[in-house]
Amino acid sequence: MIEERFDAIVVGAGMAGNAAALTMAKRGMKVLQLERGEYSGSKNVQGAILYADMLEKLIPEFREEAPLERHLVEQRFWMLDDKSHVGLHYKSDDFNEEKPNRYTIIRAQFDKWFSSKVKEAGATVLCETTVTELAQDAYGKVIGVKTDRRDGEIHADVVVLAEGVNGLLGTRAGLRDRPKPENVALAVKEMHFLPRETIEARFNLKGDEGAVIEAAGTISRGMTGMGFIYSNKECISLGIGCLVSDFQKTGETPYGLLERFKQHPSVAPLIEGSEVKEYSAHLIPEGGYNAIPQLCGDGWVVVGDAAQLNNAIHREGSNLAMTSGRIAAEAIFQVKSRRDPMTKENLALYKKMLEESFVIKDLKKYKDMPALLHNQSQNFFLTYPQLVSKAMQNFVRVDGTPKKEKESSMLRSFVNARSWTGLFGDAFKFARAWR
Amino acid sequence: MSTDVAVRVEDKLFYNRYQVDPGRAHIKVRPHTTPSPQLKALLKACPARCYELNDSGQVEITVDGCIECGTCRVIGEASGDIEWSYPRGGYGVLFKFG
Ligand SMILES: Cc1cc2nc3c(=O)[nH]c(=O)nc-3n(C[C@H](O)[C@H](O)[C@H](O)COP(=O)(O)OP(=O)(O)OC[C@H]3O[C@@H](n4cnc5c(N)ncnc54)[C@H](O)[C@@H]3O)c2cc1C
Ligand code: SF4
Repeated sequence: MIEERFDAIVVGAGMAGNAAALTMAKRGMKVLQLERGEYSGSKNVQGAILYADMLEKLIPEFREEAPLERHLVEQRFWMLDDKSHVGLHYKSDDFNEEKPNRYTIIRAQFDKWFSSKVKEAGATVLCETTVTELAQDAYGKVIGVKTDRRDGEIHADVVVLAEGVNGLLGTRAGLRDRPKPENVALAVKEMHFLPRETIEARFNLKGDEGAVIEAAGTISRGMTGMGFIYSNKECISLGIGCLVSDFQKTGETPYGLLERFKQHPSVAPLIEGSEVKEYSAHLIPEGGYNAIPQLCGDGWVVVGDAAQLNNAIHREGSNLAMTSGRIAAEAIFQVKSRRDPMTKENLALYKKMLEESFVIKDLKKYKDMPALLHNQSQNFFLTYPQLVSKAMQNFVRVDGTPKKEKESSMLRSFVNARSWTGLFGDAFKFARAWR
Repeated sequence: MSTDVAVRVEDKLFYNRYQVDPGRAHIKVRPHTTPSPQLKALLKACPARCYELNDSGQVEITVDGCIECGTCRVIGEASGDIEWSYPRGGYGVLFKFG
């Protein structure tokens, strides 16, 4: 057993763990952070869009040092059927500001840098160490962790579980259930390398400007899912994710979906001639507010993806992870400063502070969305994209059909596919879930 | 586009770097005679195609290409079909980009 005792042990060096370890170390606490990867980032997969605001709260000068790819000036949403896309594009020169709001990043590189800040702040970071179990006393209070190193039990006043979406340790210790297939999406992703100028020409970008595309429609074959195409400096991140329960039900393969997405006529020209350098996969929590587990207990708190804090509608996760990590650390520091024990009651301060933040407020706002999209996936991801594409084609194709006839045939195709009650019902449910 | 595209997952995994831990598989399939629906689902759902049907109709796993996503755990751990852990510290997939 390692005799040394710590104020806090942080399990995981992803976005949430790094934010928590940094915050506590900066406050002078004695922090040990354990990470199973070769270095922080070597196991982590993301799109990846970084939201500046949440990182700024932790490292105000990050823009000067962090490995950032491109600042985003354009967001595109595409609704796809097999051959077409209907798009909504928003590009603004306002985003070419002194302190841009969103950047693309490459997680393995970004996390490594983030971790260097954690070490600078004075935390002990131990990589290549898998935590296998939580150490608990006879009353179930968490008193430390067990690792796969020899003599691997280490003790601390509190353990911050920042172990990511799988949350294995929490499940093993009976603190929460394992994620359910309908509450997590499996995303697969590839990194496509191209010369910088080619990327800039294909996405219509100047210098370090970046653009991102979110795509939904028939590419997910009626499953609840989305594709993404993000521009980095010298590569394009491209991927697609769908609910695990849908994969289970349909027997679709993740790589099959990815390949079809790449071959879509709107997508293929963007990556033509690229060199692929990595293929990765990762789960994304999609259960929303209703899937959030217990956030704290005697001797522990859980943060980030492990607490299922992820806003799938807006593709926000790392910012919720960073914020929950920081808030948990601040709460722990307050409890410690009062010399109070790390009991469930005292650590509930974290829960209270999180509820007052955007993290829980946003998740609450969309609490009915996951169920709606899940139960209606055929309509939202297959029928509507096909109908909208057909309507657009009907609208732009000039073929001598009188406009009035065109309009009524368009309407008929919607009603035939979904019925009036279906259409109104969907619109109503969607509006209510969005509210 | 509705026709299925042939994909060789092995080619995709070839891009990746791994530190294989010989003789220590981090995932195990429970011995069985006929595979459960969960095990059958893994043949398709695993993004690295680690699960294969052997000649006598049982599902087997080879963990060398595993990208540690956890999908098979979410599908097959609750029913006891598989036992799932992370690889030992430092082993397994080593993402350069992620
Ligand atoms: C394809 C994809 C695209 C995404 N796009 C975006 C996006 O554009 N913007 C956004 O904000 N979010 C995005 N997300 C979500 C975002 O990646 C996550 O919300 C975020 O990474 C969560 O951070 P975390 O620290 O909680 O978990 P992670 O980043 O997963 O970190 C967990 C860490 O814990 C370590 N660990 C786990 N178990 C153990 C153990 N037992 N012992 C030791 N170490 C352990 C892991 O190795 C890892 O380093 C995306 C996710 C995916 C999969
Ligand atoms: S963890 Fe993911 S990649 Fe590894 S065997 Fe399971 S499903 Fe396949």
